[in-house]
Amino acid sequence: MTGNPAWARALSALALLAVDPAGLRGLTLRARSGPVRQTFETALARLPDPGRRIHPDLSDTQLFGGADIAATLAAGHLIQSAGLARTPARLILPMAERTPPALAARLAQLLDQSPGHTLILLDEGLDAEEAAPAALTERLALHVTLDAVPHTDARPLLPAPADLLAARARLGQVNHTPQDVITLTTLALSFGIDSLRAPSLALRAARARAALKGRTTVSEEDLRTAAELVYPARATQLPQDPPPETEEEDSPAPDPDQSSERPDIPDEILVAAVAALLPSALLDQLTRQQSLRRAAGSGAGARRKAQHRGRPLPARPGAPDGRARIDLIATLRAAAPWQAMRRKTRPDAPGLIIHAPDIHLKRFEDRSDRLVIFAVDASGSAALARLAEAKGAVELLLAQAYARRDQVALIAFRGTSADLILPPTRALVQAKRRLAGLPGGGGTPLAAALEAILSLAQHAQAHGLSPALALLTDARANIALDGRGDRVQAAEDTARLAALCRARALPAIVIDTANRPGPEPARLAAEMGARHLALPRADARAISAAVATALGD
Amino acid sequence: MTAAFPFSAIVGQTDMKRAMILTAIEPGLGGVLVFGDRGTGKSTAVRALAALLPPIRMVAGSPINAETPEDSPDWAEAPGTEIITRPTPVVDLPLGVTEDRVTGALDIERALTLGEKAFQPGLLARANRGYLYIDEVNLLEDHIVDLLLDVAQSGENVVEREGLSIRHPARFVLVGSGNPEEGELRPQLLDRFGLSVEVRSPSDIEERIEVIRRRDAYERDHEAFMTQWQAEDATIRSAILAAREALRGIKTPDAALRDCATLCLAIGADGLRGELTLLRAARALAAYEGDAAVERSHLARVAPLALSHRLRRDPLDEAGSATRITRAMTEVWG
Repeated sequence: MTGNPAWARALSALALLAVDPAGLRGLTLRARSGPVRQTFETALARLPDPGRRIHPDLSDTQLFGGADIAATLAAGHLIQSAGLARTPARLILPMAERTPPALAARLAQLLDQSPGHTLILLDEGLDAEEAAPAALTERLALHVTLDAVPHTDARPLLPAPADLLAARARLGQVNHTPQDVITLTTLALSFGIDSLRAPSLALRAARARAALKGRTTVSEEDLRTAAELVYPARATQLPQDPPPETEEEDSPAPDPDQSSERPDIPDEILVAAVAALLPSALLDQLTRQQSLRRAAGSGAGARRKAQHRGRPLPARPGAPDGRARIDLIATLRAAAPWQAMRRKTRPDAPGLIIHAPDIHLKRFEDRSDRLVIFAVDASGSAALARLAEAKGAVELLLAQAYARRDQVALIAFRGTSADLILPPTRALVQAKRRLAGLPGGGGTPLAAALEAILSLAQHAQAHGLSPALALLTDARANIALDGRGDRVQAAEDTARLAALCRARALPAIVIDTANRPGPEPARLAAEMGARHLALPRADARAISAAVATALGD
Repeated sequence: MTAAFPFSAIVGQTDMKRAMILTAIEPGLGGVLVFGDRGTGKSTAVRALAALLPPIRMVAGSPINAETPEDSPDWAEAPGTEIITRPTPVVDLPLGVTEDRVTGALDIERALTLGEKAFQPGLLARANRGYLYIDEVNLLEDHIVDLLLDVAQSGENVVEREGLSIRHPARFVLVGSGNPEEGELRPQLLDRFGLSVEVRSPSDIEERIEVIRRRDAYERDHEAFMTQWQAEDATIRSAILAAREALRGIKTPDAALRDCATLCLAIGADGLRGELTLLRAARALAAYEGDAAVERSHLARVAPLALSHRLRRDPLDEAGSATRITRAMTEVWG
């Protein structure tokens, strides 16, 4: 056995998956690419079932099968290609954090309908914002993080294949007590796991572990391992103290015989086991749950190529993959000049003779979604009322977001730091909840705000959004980037980051919210290459209108 | 493929189950929208409903599930005359589906290899006389949503593209599900759904345990579990069938009509679709419960389902829409 607990957990997750692939559905691995993950993949390859690697760009035809057009044309009769869905296999999806929602939906459908498939998500997300789609991670039982494992600890030691198969055969005989169900369900609830899939999957994991250890009853150790593998990634809160107490009163009541048969399960130990594995920044995780949705398009942002809609562009030759549509006219036009020559080689072929290279695909030019980042100065120097106005403007913009196809994000800065209050969203429900509790007061960390804005803008761009900025401030920076109250340093940092905004060509508007107009906001706007707008007494509606016109539709 | 989880074995979720039974009795209600978090049993309920419904009779091999050979479209190949029974179709509409797959399109393979102009029917054809299920409907691309709305309303799919000119019936019950935190649904589409339900996972620990227990029994002791619940499913099925028969004879007293109108006025629902749906749903419920006429008790139970998504959104009112309707009911009806 290896000494590293994280690695040991990863291995036991793999072994459990090998024992009960149909019940556990798969595994999410969160780790950067590197020797440790390499070793994990080596271990993965040693599992008994066949594995297939897929990629986030997988097309429908590859997944569900369909006509193989190139082969069909060459043969002159219809040739079907079998999709991955046909043969049950372990599908391994690297770069899972980049999975488009469409593929996630189809993989989820595949998992729901065909019990033979298991899915391994290799999530290489850098920060909490980047993660595999929740529609998939929710369905997969196991979750493993390998970031803390030194690679000297990682060895692909798995139980022998014969043992795994024996455990699989034993799985049907493993029994659990009604008390186990109650324990796992209560535990899930105490961690704020609302989904009922989690306890169900944990129960199966516990049984798989019992089978693996050669037992036919589920032990407390099994429950703990199962909870450690299934719950931490789903937890939304730390357990409060009261639940375990009430639970102890409940637990003997439903089935006294069972609990006398075996010592009562010390739930506190289970809670502690899971709590120890909770991601260090649980709050980060919570905000992450609504991570950036990949932009759908047809917005007001930058132009980009699209396959389905938008303004038509000239057709291009290409292989049909079930996503782009074939441009029939262009295809025929490409094939026409060659007909006489092709007829000589295949005189008996009916109709036009079309070869695969003739096929042209339709292309369209679409516009990406725009992301309007509101950065609001919530410091003591900016009037507190401003915050309320900004909140109002964000809500107004959101209400119109559907028509304009904009997404909205809100950064507030005060004291020594800037915080992303509202991650990019179009959802009014979520936005209102986040906006409700937004405090004000403290210094003006303008540099930190610009830093936060730049990182959000960069992130949004990576997700195909076109960011634009509305900065509401009086621009009287007095907190430097390192958090010290130093006006000179603060001004220097601000100027440096403003220049960076300009270099990145981030479309921006600086809304001057100072009660007495000063030169700072205008200077900041010039440094950022942004428009400057003095609005000493604006209301939410005026801000919303000004932003809409300034950022240009 | 193992049999779906039995409908009657779903713990709690009374509103969702009631809404689904009502659409089964009266397909004209216009579909159900289920909003709720992941893992609350939305998909399970839809698939269970399909298994619960009585099978339909259709022409063998008909691409649009036609009932008689005469109903079969002329573009369908060799319409057989053999009549078969098959389970009510439930078609999944995945996110990111292309327009071609939804409406059907020119069969490119046959066009290119054989030089024939043939129509390849899409998901709308397959869903005819059945259910069209859209998971995460709020994330569906806009142009697909427009298209679905159009077809759902007219009951006919018209394809005019690539030199094809084809129309075929597409009457289906739309079932959408989604998580409101991930994006709003356009009000136009919202209004088109007849009933809407908000589901939550149960907060009662005993109920949660029961869910896990049944799910576990379903997976481990499949046969016994199915036999145990099949009887209950059969009861619901025959009740649905009886209700379909009885629906025609349900009386609608003027008092009930007045109740509908005053309630819809009080909550300020747009248009008249609210009243119509409310009335239809109440009639279906009356039929299901074996009553002869629509009464206020029926209206009261279906009002949250039929009206909660038709309220004007009021950013200042934090109360849930169901609460607002209950409040309006006590105010108006006393």
